[in-house]
Amino acid sequence: MSTTAHEVRRWGGTAGLLLANGLVLVFCLAPFGWMVVSSLKPPAEIFDNRLLPANPSLVNYAAVFGSGSDFTLALRNSLVISASVTVISMVIGVFAAYALARLKFRGRNLVLGFFLAMSMFPGVAILSPVFQLFADWGWINTYQSMIIPDVGFSLPLGVWVLTTFFAAMPWELEAAARTDGATPSQAFRHVILPLSVPGVFTTAILVFISAWNEFMVANSMSQTPDVQPVTVAIAKFTGVSQFDQPFGTQMAAGVVVTVPLVILVLLFQRRIISGLTAGGVKG
Amino acid sequence: MGPERLAFRLLLPSVAVLLLVIAYPVLRAVYGSFFDDRPMGPAAFIGFDNYARALWGAGGADFWAAFRVTFLFTVVTVVLEVLIGLGMAAIMHRSFRGRGLLRASVLVPWAIPTAVAAVLWRWAFDPRGIVNHLFGADVTWTGAEWPSKFAIVFADTWKTAPFVALLILAGLQIIPKEVYEAARIDGAGVLHRFRHITLPLVKPALVVAVLFRMLDALRLYDLPAILTNGANDTTTLSILVVRASLGDLKPGYGGALSTLTFLLIFVTAFLFVRLLGAGALGRDRT
Repeated sequence: MSTTAHEVRRWGGTAGLLLANGLVLVFCLAPFGWMVVSSLKPPAEIFDNRLLPANPSLVNYAAVFGSGSDFTLALRNSLVISASVTVISMVIGVFAAYALARLKFRGRNLVLGFFLAMSMFPGVAILSPVFQLFADWGWINTYQSMIIPDVGFSLPLGVWVLTTFFAAMPWELEAAARTDGATPSQAFRHVILPLSVPGVFTTAILVFISAWNEFMVANSMSQTPDVQPVTVAIAKFTGVSQFDQPFGTQMAAGVVVTVPLVILVLLFQRRIISGLTAGGVKG
Repeated sequence: MGPERLAFRLLLPSVAVLLLVIAYPVLRAVYGSFFDDRPMGPAAFIGFDNYARALWGAGGADFWAAFRVTFLFTVVTVVLEVLIGLGMAAIMHRSFRGRGLLRASVLVPWAIPTAVAAVLWRWAFDPRGIVNHLFGADVTWTGAEWPSKFAIVFADTWKTAPFVALLILAGLQIIPKEVYEAARIDGAGVLHRFRHITLPLVKPALVVAVLFRMLDALRLYDLPAILTNGANDTTTLSILVVRASLGDLKPGYGGALSTLTFLLIFVTAFLFVRLLGAGALGRDRT
C-alpha cells in the first residue's frame, strides 16, 4: 500500500519534471522554430500564422542569395571581421592572461582592475569619439574600424576567462620540464601550450560569437554593402522589391546567420558553459 | 628579463587596444562635454552648461524620460530573468536524462544575434503576427507606449533568462548532495531547504549574474533601436546618446549625456555591490 503510494508519487514527480523540461525547451526553442517556419513560407502566406507552412518553399532563401542581394557579401564581411577579431583578441589576450596568471609583478591588481573597469563603459560612450578619430584617419567604412573596437569589447571578458583557466593549470609540469633540461620557451611550447588549448578554444568561441553578433559599432562604421556585416544587413533588409513584405526574406537571412551559431552551440555546449561561468563563478 | 619587464611586454598590446578604443574615447567624450556644439568654427568652453541642459534645461524632459525607461527596463527584466532563471536552473539541475539537450537548447537564445532576435520579435509583434494570433488579441504592439515596452521586456527576457539560468546552475552544482540529504533527514521541507540551503549557497553566483545583467540592461541599445527605434517612450539612455552625438551631430551635448549615463551605471553597480554583494564579491577570484 505504502509502496504503491510512493511509486505513484515518484511517477508523478518524473512526469512533472518531464513537463517542466518540455516548458524550458519550448521557451528556448519555439521562437527560433518560428523563424525557421516563417522563412519557409512563400510571401503570400507569410501572415497566415499556420504553425507549419502549407506550401513550403525556398523562395525566401533564393531571394537572400539571389542576384541583386548583397547578403553573400555581408556573410563574407561578418566572417572576415569575426575571424580577425577572434585571432587578434586571442593572441594578445593569451599574452596578457599569462602575465596576470603566472607572473608576480607590481601593479598586477591595478591591471586587473583596469581590465574590469574597461568592460563597464557602455558602448555608446565610446561610439562618437571613436567615429571622430577613425574619420580623421580616413577609416570610416573599413574593416579595421569595426575590428579594433570589437577587439576592445571582447578583451576584458576574454582576458578574465583566460586568466582563470591559466591560474588553474598544472604549472608543476612546466617546472618538471625545466628540471629535465627544457628551456623556458620549450617548456611553454611543449607542455603548457598543448594543455591550454581547451581554455583558449573556449574563449575563442565566446569571442567569435560576440563579434558575429555585434551591431551598434558596425551600424555606424559601415556605410556600403561591401563592408557591412550580416547584423546590419538584416536590420536594413528591404526584401526583393521595395513593395515586398521583407518578413520572409529577413527570417531566411536570420536562419542563415543563426545556424552556424546553433551548430557551434550544439558541438561545444560544455566548453561554452564552462567559459561563460568561469568569469562569474569559481567551481 | 625580469618578471616586471616581461609582464609589461605581454600586457602592452591588450592595454594599448583598450586605451585606444575605450579609455581615450571615454576621456575624449568627457572633455568634449565641456564645449558647445556650434556648426562652424572652434567650439567654445562652456563649463557644465551641457550637463545643466540635460539635467534641468531644454533636454531635461528627454533625459529624465530616458532615465525612467532605462531603469524600468532594468528592474523589470532583471527581476523576471532571475525568477525564470532560478526556475530553469532548478529544472536543469534535477534532470539527468536529456541534460545535454536542455543545456544546448538553453544556449540557443543567447547565441542568436540580438539584431536578428529583434527583427524576429518585430514581426512576431506585428499586428498581423503570431503573438496576436496565438492570444486572439488585436494589439498594435509596437505602436503604443505600454505594448512597446512589453515587447522589449519580453524579447530581452527571452534572450537572457537562459544565460542567467546557466550562471545559477553553475552555482547549484557546487552544492554537495549530502547537505540536502542531511536536511531532509532532519525533516526540512522543500521551501525550508530552498530558503536555508539553496539560496545562501547559490547567492554568490546569483549576485554575479545579477550584476552582469544589470550592467548590460542599463546600456540596452540594440533591441529598442531595432524594435521601436525609441518611439513611444522607449528611448533608453543609450539611444538618446547615439541620437544626440551621431544623429544630431552634437558631440558636446552627446558627450555630456554619455558621461551621465556611465556615471549612473557606475553608481548603480557600486551601490548594488555595497548593499548586497560585498561578501560575495570580496573574495580572491583569480
